[in-house]
Amino acid sequence: MSDVLVVSEHRRGELRDVSLELLTAGRELADALGGDLHVAVVAGDVDRFADELNRPGVDRIHAVENGEEFDHTVYAAAVETLVGEVDPTAVLAPNSVNGLDYAPAVAERLALPLVTDVLGFEYDADDGLTVTREMYGSKVETSVAVDGDRFCLTVRGGEFVPAEGVGDAEVASVDVEAPASGARVKGFEEVGGGDVDIADADVLVSVGRGIGEEENLELVEELADALDATLSSSRPIVDNGWLPKNRQVGQSGKVVTPDVYLAVGISGAVQHVAGMKGSETIVAINTDPNAPIFDIADYGIVGDLFDVVPELIAEFE
Amino acid sequence: MKVLVTVKEVGEADDDFEIEGTDIAASDLEYDLNEWDDYAVEAGVQLAEAGIADEVVAVTIGPERAEETIRMALAKGADRAVRVWDDAFEGSFADVSSKVDVLEAVVDDEEPDLVLSGVQAADTAFGATGVALAERIGFEHAAVVNDLELDADAGVANVHRELEGGIEELTEVDLPAVLTVQTGLNEPRYASLRGIRQAQRKEIAATDLDDLGLAPADVESALTLTEMYEPESDSDAEIIEGDAGEAAGRLAEVLREKGVEA
Repeated sequence: MSDVLVVSEHRRGELRDVSLELLTAGRELADALGGDLHVAVVAGDVDRFADELNRPGVDRIHAVENGEEFDHTVYAAAVETLVGEVDPTAVLAPNSVNGLDYAPAVAERLALPLVTDVLGFEYDADDGLTVTREMYGSKVETSVAVDGDRFCLTVRGGEFVPAEGVGDAEVASVDVEAPASGARVKGFEEVGGGDVDIADADVLVSVGRGIGEEENLELVEELADALDATLSSSRPIVDNGWLPKNRQVGQSGKVVTPDVYLAVGISGAVQHVAGMKGSETIVAINTDPNAPIFDIADYGIVGDLFDVVPELIAEFE
Repeated sequence: MKVLVTVKEVGEADDDFEIEGTDIAASDLEYDLNEWDDYAVEAGVQLAEAGIADEVVAVTIGPERAEETIRMALAKGADRAVRVWDDAFEGSFADVSSKVDVLEAVVDDEEPDLVLSGVQAADTAFGATGVALAERIGFEHAAVVNDLELDADAGVANVHRELEGGIEELTEVDLPAVLTVQTGLNEPRYASLRGIRQAQRKEIAATDLDDLGLAPADVESALTLTEMYEPESDSDAEIIEGDAGEAAGRLAEVLREKGVEA
């Protein structure tokens, strides 16, 4: 007890960045608890992944060879087995689409209090664990006290720095027997192909919920034309069917790094920011001065896009 | 087949809001049906229209105020609703496990073949209840579903799970199952006037813990919300001032400096 078990994530042969970030988070928590850091790598080329995960601060890596790709039945069984062996105080999983496909099931099975989408945490022996997370679409942050000797956390990507360097963890192979899965992966599909690759554009005019109605899209199309830019969007525009999926910037869409990213009526939810924060220059036009998009923007106009955009078009005509 | 859809009324904060204690002031919140749940309701109603589902039941954990919102789910085509509330939930920050306690009891009563749940609630954003429920009630599950085809005869749901980075996982899920529904799965309808009228006559069964055979101790949360605050803005953006014309003029200069040209 007082150890931490981190469950790494990989997909289609690649360790995902969040896995190395979890090592940092896990080490911090293990230090606070006074325990060891264990890392689970489940399925796929476990030896290669174990090598990549062997960073300073990792005490032991548990390699579970079982299948190639993510299968929640296997992951849940593996974590259950390893929790039995390691007896950790904390289980840390990524707050990813796959993390949220098994971590809640594992927490439920093992009766661990669960906190998801964790941005940070503090632990001390008297007060126990306090977790930082957001609510109301990132408009507020909260502190959440966790009552329990053990707990399971899913940690948001991009919040901890990735662990670097070469460690000297022991690597142990662990056999896990998982029942036949009732959810069988048949394959993968890349979406968002088609005529335009927004990832290639030097200048993106990106439109969000603030545009209000489908017929208003014309205005931003005109702006994109005037700036010789490519049109992209945040998720709600694609969900509404107003633009095709290949125009979507964000966690579930494309990651873009243009010279100029002009966000029009985009509030800047974390999932969107994940897809565009690497842009050279970010400009935001939004009515809400508190919109998170201004936190990462280089230039901002607090104002109504329906007033500003026509003027901007005129400037370039 | 019977479909149970979990729905939640969520508050969305106004641009300007005050924090009172550990929550946003009620007067600064606009209440609405959780966006993800709107897609889940639509999926259930479409299964009914396709003759696959015989009944679509909406379940919510929420106070009386939530009835108006839940009625929207009925207006869009759900057949009836169950609303669970209890004094035990007042002022408490329900954890995933206590929500699952309630939903498990409702599943025991309703015996659905398929549970549709939004990926997350827009306010608390745990994103975990559906999958935890599946574990508890022994259903299969798939999280973050953005495409769904149900083969009732074969007893499977063929789904796409929306992974990060524009990749979808194609998965065959045995029924009974809990699917957590991502936005974009379908096009949620607007409630028609006829639907709204019909919804007035549909049942919303007010249920408390006792009715479900549960005690307040069963739903005690392991989590306490101890603090809520506005995150410090680390914005170093140059805010361009002036009226729309002036601001656009200055922005045009900036854009030209950055190499944008018509």
